[in-house]
Amino acid sequence: MTAETMRYAYYPGCSLHSTAREYDLSVKAVARAAGVELLEIPDWNCCGASSAHVTDPFLGFALPARTLAQGEEMGLDIMAPCAACYGRLMAAKEEAHRHPDFVRRFEAASGRRFSAKRPVLNVLEFLTAEKVAPAIGAAVKRPLSGLKVASYYGCLLVRPPKVTHFDDAERPVIMDRVLETIGATPVDFPFKTECCGASLGISRVDLVIELAARIVEAAKGAGAEAIAVACPLCQTNLDGRQAAAATKRRETFGLPVYYVTQLVGLALGLRPAALGLGRQTVDTMGLLRQKKLA
Amino acid sequence: MKRVGVFLCWCGSNIAGTVDVGKVAEQVRRLPGVVYVEENKYTCSEPGQASLIKAVKERKLDRVVVASCSPRLHEPTFRRTVEAAGLNPYFFEMANVREHCSWVHPDKETATPKAFDIVRKAVAKALRLEALSRGSIAIEKKALVVGGGIAGIQAALDIADAGHKVILLEREPTIGGRMAQLDKTFPTLDCSSCILTPKMVDAAKHPNITLYSYSELEKVEGYIGNFTVTIRKKARGVDEILCTGCGMCQTKCPIKVSSEFDEGMGQRKAIYSPFPQAVPNKPVIDRVNCTFYKTGKCKICEKFCEAKAIRFDQEDTILEEKVGAIVMATGFDLFDVTRYGEYGYGLYPNVITSMQLERLINASGPTEGKIKKPSDHEIPKSVAFILCVGSRDEQKGTTYCSRACCMYSIKHAMQYRDKVKDGRAYVFYMDIRTPGKSYEEFYKRAAVDYGVEFIRGRPSKIYGRGGKLIVKAEDTLLGRPIEVEVEMVVLAPAMVSRHDAAKMAQTLSVSYDGYGFLTEAHPKLRPVETNTAGIFLAGACQGPKDIPDTVAQASAAGAKVIGLLSHDTMATEPMIARVNEALCSGCLWCKPICPYKAIDGKTIQEKIAGKLVSRQVAAVNSGLCHGCGACTVACRDGAMNLAGFTNDQMLAEVDELLGWYDRPARSAD
Repeated sequence: MTAETMRYAYYPGCSLHSTAREYDLSVKAVARAAGVELLEIPDWNCCGASSAHVTDPFLGFALPARTLAQGEEMGLDIMAPCAACYGRLMAAKEEAHRHPDFVRRFEAASGRRFSAKRPVLNVLEFLTAEKVAPAIGAAVKRPLSGLKVASYYGCLLVRPPKVTHFDDAERPVIMDRVLETIGATPVDFPFKTECCGASLGISRVDLVIELAARIVEAAKGAGAEAIAVACPLCQTNLDGRQAAAATKRRETFGLPVYYVTQLVGLALGLRPAALGLGRQTVDTMGLLRQKKLA
Repeated sequence: MKRVGVFLCWCGSNIAGTVDVGKVAEQVRRLPGVVYVEENKYTCSEPGQASLIKAVKERKLDRVVVASCSPRLHEPTFRRTVEAAGLNPYFFEMANVREHCSWVHPDKETATPKAFDIVRKAVAKALRLEALSRGSIAIEKKALVVGGGIAGIQAALDIADAGHKVILLEREPTIGGRMAQLDKTFPTLDCSSCILTPKMVDAAKHPNITLYSYSELEKVEGYIGNFTVTIRKKARGVDEILCTGCGMCQTKCPIKVSSEFDEGMGQRKAIYSPFPQAVPNKPVIDRVNCTFYKTGKCKICEKFCEAKAIRFDQEDTILEEKVGAIVMATGFDLFDVTRYGEYGYGLYPNVITSMQLERLINASGPTEGKIKKPSDHEIPKSVAFILCVGSRDEQKGTTYCSRACCMYSIKHAMQYRDKVKDGRAYVFYMDIRTPGKSYEEFYKRAAVDYGVEFIRGRPSKIYGRGGKLIVKAEDTLLGRPIEVEVEMVVLAPAMVSRHDAAKMAQTLSVSYDGYGFLTEAHPKLRPVETNTAGIFLAGACQGPKDIPDTVAQASAAGAKVIGLLSHDTMATEPMIARVNEALCSGCLWCKPICPYKAIDGKTIQEKIAGKLVSRQVAAVNSGLCHGCGACTVACRDGAMNLAGFTNDQMLAEVDELLGWYDRPARSAD
């Protein structure tokens, strides 16, 4: 275990510095507890996830390519917790491999060299990385026994499979495995990768409410008490719209939506406040107190 | 003085559309050695050939060049024509100005000079052609049929009925193949076993058929009319002659394992016969699961066998047979539907494949013909049939249509509706393909009389909820997404080649495509032959098809074999390699190069400076040589030459095209 393998170039992306601040907090807290250094990429730019790739194809790849180049300059692998950022970084890598012309054009435009050879990790790959996983395992102080959690993967972590090369696109299991290692009980349910409506949360809230309702009721129907996510938009839609979804269904849901790193942090004995818990729309603390986990 | 006649073909507009044939004719007339030039609309037609023969006779031509299509198409045709005109058929050269010129270039300006180049090259070669004569080889009057399903059985019966000997080779303990697994066959809903088993018995009892079951094809050597095949008869662990087929050993055996024949829906014993009507009705010991082979104990079957037929120490036997023709009838496998994770196969016990359903519906199957849910053995009140699982899918499966699934899924839906009067059957489809005789009527009956509900839309997901299965799809005819709750789902997997199809094809040196299906010689006109002379195809190993087409193809392959075996000898191509022993140094570099193992060393005696000297030279086996020419390239001394493509002839073509040497206008001698 050399010093370099426990350091990553950290790419928070726009949401982790704003609406998903608790994700940023929890990722950093877990990394610290496991002895991993996360070095935020200086002067990082937006990955272009929402609009760049539909505005201009070159811009859509160039924005994340700059981040990849910066990571290479730092000599480190990149870890990007946001699933959309991860997706765009991987897409830029794929583009570089398929079209050397893009690399030339980018290098000319940006003045930076880039080979697209260094790995980019999403938060689940980070938690289960060869050198990181044992460190986390060793640091578990309070296993989350008795907590039944459904893992919701959303779409961008596992799709398109030819870009992300991550887990099984129809029945992924890596997040469930992470939950197992921290002592929680993963609950399998059939809607792990069903669409939550993503950015339609802004233009067609009605659709997001319906889609969120389906996911939450499927999780609840399978026996879950909580949902774990690894993406800020998943969290926003399943958490922020859950009340409206419950109203639509004339039900009560009450399933708190945790970032997987918040749950890992709890298992490592970190305080809920340090993990950004307590700031969610659907109450996240009540269940933890009930299970004597906080 | 050589007299070359050149016959330029228009091929309708295929050549004339892009090549100014008249202009080429003008130029060809001026070539040295050419004494006659003719243009024809269709040289291969009867009048075209008649005209060629007339010209050869009247103009006393001794060399013929036809400028038309690919020799792969009409070289044999024109050789026969030239022979009919009284010339040695090898004084004929073909210039391909269609596939090599008019069909691949769009503009007359550039295509016409190229066509002339091709023709003058052919003329240059024609001036150096030699008379060649065909040899003949004996034909072994025996056929090998690999695969004992309906295709193999049909081919074997047809060949045997014609009076020739047949070896029928099957790797499973019994013949019958896939058809034995089926319950009823469309469109008549005949009981599959009822129509199959009589043929199985005929095949086993036919005086001209030798059946090797539980046997594998290990090696194939030789060539058409003279194949040597090595067969491994696997050890059954049972003496086939003493065994009476009473079945007591199977009843008493304590070990139960999942049955392959039942597609995992039922079990068999460690000593087993796959199904009650097996032919031969002799069991086989599964040495992987049998207790005796694991621990040395048990032997209950031996205790109870009255015929004393159990032989634990039996070993495989290897035997060699000589045959003249081989028919490949090795069948198909089914697509691995776990590739469609979204359909939940393997996760939900009530999601099964159509072949598994076939075993449930079959009266001699694991549920005695009752369609029962694997989860709780209750009869499902609703079933969804999903078509094209793996077929017609560039993303996750194969690109082709598997041809039989629409019909058999409709059959299954009808059978289900017949057995469960208040059950609901849904068929999710992209298209319904029912092209055969009475097939469309079958489909209509299913919809109109049997109340099968057809939904046009490929499901996106199948998942469990409250013990039932939800099928999510778009009903494209209604134009909206739907969710249908059912109790059981039946997936129709693509028909794919056998898992070891590629290896089998390599054993026989037969071509196969990217999907492992064996390649026919021509998709339209030669559907049962391969490009390997003497090897024929029958059934699903060539491509997905249903039983009527399989049987038709099997009889067609049988007919080809009968035709081959009806002669005592066959003519061999004379365009093979030959050694100039005076030049050959005996280095034998040609020997390892030959892909057909046709070259060996031989000792010759020569008188050199008054002394009798023995030395080695290369020798070509004319039966094995395919005329590929690799040896002529390897030969350092130029001693090896390929008749019909001699070094001299090839270089003449090059000289003509490049005009490197400033030769005076070449004389025709």
